[in-house]
Amino acid sequence: MRDPLSSKIKQIKPSGIRKFFDIVSEMKDAISLGVGEPDFDTPWHIREEGIYSLEQGRTFYTSNAGLKELKVEIAAYLERRFNLHYDPVSEIMVTVGGSEAIDGAFRAMLDPGDEVLIPQPCYVSYEPCVILADGVPVIIELKEEDNFKLTKEQLLEHITEKTKILVLPFPNNPTGAVMTREDLKEIAEVVIEKDLFVLSDEIYAELTYNGNHVSIAEFPGLKERTIVINGFSKAYAMTGWRLGYACAPKEILSQILKIHQYAIMCAPTNSQYAAIEALKNGNPDVERMRTAYNQRRNYLMKAFKEMGLPCFEPFGAFYIFPCIKKFGMTSEEFATRLLQEEKIAVVPGTAFGDCGEGFLRISYAYSIEDLKEALGRIERFIKNHADI
Amino acid sequence: MRKQILDAISRNGRFSTEDLAALLATDKETVEKYIKEMEDEGVICGYPTLINWDNTEFEKVTAIIEVKVTPQRDMGFNKIAERIYRFEEVESLYLMSGGFDLTVIIAGRSMKEVARFVTEKLSTLEYINSTATYFVLKKYKEHGLVMEKKENEAERMLITP
Repeated sequence: MRDPLSSKIKQIKPSGIRKFFDIVSEMKDAISLGVGEPDFDTPWHIREEGIYSLEQGRTFYTSNAGLKELKVEIAAYLERRFNLHYDPVSEIMVTVGGSEAIDGAFRAMLDPGDEVLIPQPCYVSYEPCVILADGVPVIIELKEEDNFKLTKEQLLEHITEKTKILVLPFPNNPTGAVMTREDLKEIAEVVIEKDLFVLSDEIYAELTYNGNHVSIAEFPGLKERTIVINGFSKAYAMTGWRLGYACAPKEILSQILKIHQYAIMCAPTNSQYAAIEALKNGNPDVERMRTAYNQRRNYLMKAFKEMGLPCFEPFGAFYIFPCIKKFGMTSEEFATRLLQEEKIAVVPGTAFGDCGEGFLRISYAYSIEDLKEALGRIERFIKNHADI
Repeated sequence: MRKQILDAISRNGRFSTEDLAALLATDKETVEKYIKEMEDEGVICGYPTLINWDNTEFEKVTAIIEVKVTPQRDMGFNKIAERIYRFEEVESLYLMSGGFDLTVIIAGRSMKEVARFVTEKLSTLEYINSTATYFVLKKYKEHGLVMEKKENEAERMLITP
C-alpha cells in the first residue's frame, strides 16, 4: 500500500511530553494544576442566552464572517477596552476559537519558505500551524532575566530577508508575561522598519493584573500590519463554546475569510448568540473573575516565595512559571515525580518549547481550597528533594 | 481593602487572616486591623454557617410570614420590629414596601411549634392587624449558594495546553 500520509504532516512531531500527558490521564485522583482554561462556569446569563437561541430555533448557518450584531459588539468592545478601531463589516471575522484564526492567518499570508518568528515559551499551536502553511518557524528563546518579554535586540537578531510574520503571544501562556506600552513601542518600530506583519494573540487580554492590556495594533502604522486574535474562552470562561475572532485590514481579512468559508463555513450559531450577551452584559463577570485570579496569584506567589521556589512575577493570564533548576531534575522528571509522589499534575515547561526547560507551568485556574491542598504537597515534595 | 475583605469573607467566612492576607497581597496584621474595625462598626455582624438541614436527620421548619401592622404614636415600625425580632424563633425580619409591612422568617423544630408562635405570640400583639403564613417546602439557594449537593460535575481535563 502507498504511504497514506503527506510528508508535511510527518514533519510535525508529536508533542515531546506526550508520555507525561499519558501518565497524567491515568491518574484520575491527582490534583491538577495543569489546565489551560478557566475553572469558572460560563456565567449563567450567557448560557441562558445560548439556551434561548436554541429555543428560538436559531439553528442555521450564519453568514461566513459571523452575525453582524456580534461583529458590531466586538468592534464596540475593542474600542472601549483597548482603543482599537475596526470596521465590523470588513475588518472583523468570527472564528472557531482563537486557534482557527491563528491557522487561517498563517495560511492566508505565508508563501513557501517565508519565516515566522515565534517567541517561546509559548502556546503550542503556532509552530505546527506555520509548518502546515509551508512557512518556516524561527524560534526566539525568551529569557527569564527579561521577565520573558520579547526585547528589541532579540527580535533584530532573528530577522532575515525571509522574515514575514512576528507572533506576539502576550499576555503569555505559559509564563504569564505581559508586554507594556514601552516594551511594545520598541517592537513596533522594528516591525515597521523591517516591513514585517504581526500576529498578535491577545486571548488573555482581559486577564492582566498591573494595568490594562495594550495591543500593538494601537500604535501608529501597526493596524495595517497586524492581525489581532482574541476570543471568548478566557475572558468569559467559554472554552467549550469554541468562539474567537480575528481583526485585520480588509485585504488580509478577506483572504482569511476565504479559507474559513471553505473549511469551516461559520462559527457555531448558538455560541455566537451567547457571545453577544457576553459582550453586552458580561463585564461584571470578567471583573469578578479577574479579581479572583489575581487573589490566587498573590496567594501562590507568597507561598512559593516562602517555600523557596523562585519565580518571576507574572502579570497576566492565569499561570505561574517557577524555576526548578536548583533541584537538579529536568522539567519532565520533576513533573513526573511530583505526580507519582504527591499526585499533583503540573505541566513541564518544555511543553512550550525547549527554552521552557528548568521551569514548570502552574495554572491557578483552581479554587483556593484546591490550591491550598496542592501547595502543601508541593512544599513537602520540595523539602524531600532539597538535598539533591 | 475593606471592600476586598468583605467580598472574600462574604463568600467564605472561614478564611483565616493569614490566607486573606496572602490573597490580598498584604500582611496578617493589616487584615486583622480592618476586620476588627468593621466588627466594631457593625459592618461585620457575625459569621454564621449555611446549613442545609434537609440533608440532616434533624427536623427544621421554616415559615415566611407577611405581617400588616398599625404603627401607633409611641410605637413606630422600628419599635414594633424590635418587639418581634427579640423572639428567638425569628431568623430574619424585614420592613417592606408594598401590600404588607413586615416579612418575618421563622425557624422552628416543627410545624406545630411555628403555628404556636404565630397564633400565640405574633398575632396577639396589639398593633398587628393580620398575618399570612407560608411554609417553606424546599430551599434551593440561600446566601448566593445552591443548597443541592453537586452531582455529576462536568468532566474537566487534567491537563491541557
